Amino acid sequence: MNDMTTNDSNTQATTEQQGSESVAQTPVDNATVPAVKATQVHKAFGSLHVLKGIDMTVMPGTVTVILGPSGSGKSTFLRLINQLETLTGGSIEVDGELIGYKHVNHGGKDELQTLNDKEIAEQREKLGMVFQRFNLFPHRTVLENVMEAPVHVAKVPKAKAKEEAMKELERVGMADRADYYPMQLSGGQQQRVAIARALAMNPKIMLFDEPTSALDPELVGEVLGVMRSLADAGITMIVVTHEIGFAREVGDQIVFMDGGVVVEHGGPEIIDHPQEPRFKDFLSHVL
Amino acid sequence: MGHKNESDGLDIPNRIHARPVFRPGSLIAGVIVAFLAVMLGYGMITNDNFDWPIVWKYLFNEHVLNGIGWTLVLTVTSMLIAIVLAVLLAVMRKSVNPVLRGVSWFWIWFFRGTPIYTQLVFWGLFSVLIPTISLGIPFTHLNFWSMSTEQLNKFISPGFLAAMLGLALNESAYLAEIVRAGLEAVDPGQSEAAEALGMPRTMIMRRVVLPQAMRIIVPPTGNEVISMLKTTSLVSAVPFSLEIQFATNAIANRIYKPIPLLMVACFWYLVITSILMVAQSWIERYFGKGFNEGSNGPAAGDGDAKEEKPAAKVAEGNEGGTAFLGLNA
Ligand SMILES: Nc1ncnc2c1ncn2[C@@H]1O[C@H](COP(=O)(O)OP(=O)(O)O)[C@@H](O)[C@H]1O
Ligand SMILES: [Mg+2]
Repeated sequence: MNDMTTNDSNTQATTEQQGSESVAQTPVDNATVPAVKATQVHKAFGSLHVLKGIDMTVMPGTVTVILGPSGSGKSTFLRLINQLETLTGGSIEVDGELIGYKHVNHGGKDELQTLNDKEIAEQREKLGMVFQRFNLFPHRTVLENVMEAPVHVAKVPKAKAKEEAMKELERVGMADRADYYPMQLSGGQQQRVAIARALAMNPKIMLFDEPTSALDPELVGEVLGVMRSLADAGITMIVVTHEIGFAREVGDQIVFMDGGVVVEHGGPEIIDHPQEPRFKDFLSHVL
Repeated sequence: MGHKNESDGLDIPNRIHARPVFRPGSLIAGVIVAFLAVMLGYGMITNDNFDWPIVWKYLFNEHVLNGIGWTLVLTVTSMLIAIVLAVLLAVMRKSVNPVLRGVSWFWIWFFRGTPIYTQLVFWGLFSVLIPTISLGIPFTHLNFWSMSTEQLNKFISPGFLAAMLGLALNESAYLAEIVRAGLEAVDPGQSEAAEALGMPRTMIMRRVVLPQAMRIIVPPTGNEVISMLKTTSLVSAVPFSLEIQFATNAIANRIYKPIPLLMVACFWYLVITSILMVAQSWIERYFGKGFNEGSNGPAAGDGDAKEEKPAAKVAEGNEGGTAFLGLNA
């Protein structure tokens, strides 16, 4: 388990009303900027109001685990952080920087200006994302998958990129499969390569969206093992998962979402002592 | 068939060597079809109307060989232009810009909706319709460059430009739909993963989506190439009079022997089609990288191992099938 320097470890139940001021902020020691700070985040798809005022603070070097039933908006929240979706309301700061927009002075008035594609791509470099369905590039080998972004986005010279890619592959235990194509690998191996691919861009924060949900049960362990080692190495992570054991052991902060709001959040001990009936109910189904 | 598998080199002590099922129906059908085929072949060889000596005489005739050259040049150039246009059209079709979407839609609607023969006649009249091509700013007298279309046409060969453009523009409309289907078949998760890695939109298209779409685009495009090869025989509508169909027809009219010269044309079309089919299977193998390999063993070039992998087999079967469909086009 990681040390929990900046997180409150008290159990905190929050009100369930939509759009309420809800989640109490983690006490922030002034010297550190949160890795991710979401403030009253709303997201609607057309008339479907999916996120209804999410507040969340993730401190550098900590692991936040998001739990919640299917359809509660967990993926949507991660995708907002990575700008795969655009915000409808509220704001998200990554590493102290507002994402997706910038404040401009427009005729003496402070207005929000949407960032252009290049600026968004730059902000994304701080974030690595791992998907439920791996999404490796099937037409490229394992090594080429990991080198793709460093070479073509970060413009790292090929030889150096290869060396670093091999290091990342070693880290996830896939170095001996460097010349294989993704389809020649098991799901667990593919997901480990996907983690290496995300790490190769040296992101400050890693986002995991149900990284083990598409895996056969016997392959879950190897992926969780890699994630645990990343947590131990102090990488900031936000993990959406149904693996309660992993949440309890590795999570510094547990967030339970349901119906587009944060219902309960706190340290890992809230898993064993849930306060909110909805969280209790959820845990009784997954445990 | 147990004994054949022994070439697999595996030591299987209880390997099965069973007799195959006896299928009298398939045996009888085979005999009948073989008999009919032999009869047809015999009939063709002995029938004087085919005039085989004349076929031989003109098979490598200078005008005929020239005609093949022009047919190939027309096929290749118009196909290349069509492919470039088609990718543009398909990307425009998916653009966020409504003007680009609209233009692409209209283009496909127009060129698919009118007969190729009509279009070729139209392009033949191009130099009458538009005597000079110029590059300038509309509604002003600014003019950077201009050229008479007549002059341009003579520069290459009469009718060639019109024939090439006519074929290319028509084909681009069909190919655009093929390319669009290919782009849409690529898992959206691929673009998302690339976006999450910070790749810009054009790079995602070029390095992630298009290469995967190619796997789906190539087989029907092979059909289109073969179809184009034969459509070139319509350019007499322009008129362009150097390609093989026109060349053999001219000889036939001169010596009053239409059938042997049709055989000459058929022979050459078949030769070129066969070469194209081989080329297509190479291209398919190239873009099948990562999909055709089996579930074990590294990717790095073991060509022999690939042969026995089921995925590779499926791809090959496909190619044969589509190529023959193409012959009917
Ligand atoms: N692109 C989209 N368009 C419309 N609705 C969407 C889209 N993405 C997600 N949703 C809806 O948002 C809700 C939350 O989805 P999601 O964030 O995937 O939930 P979770 O990951 O917690 O299972 C669901 O009702 C889903 O149907
Ligand atoms: Mg989800």
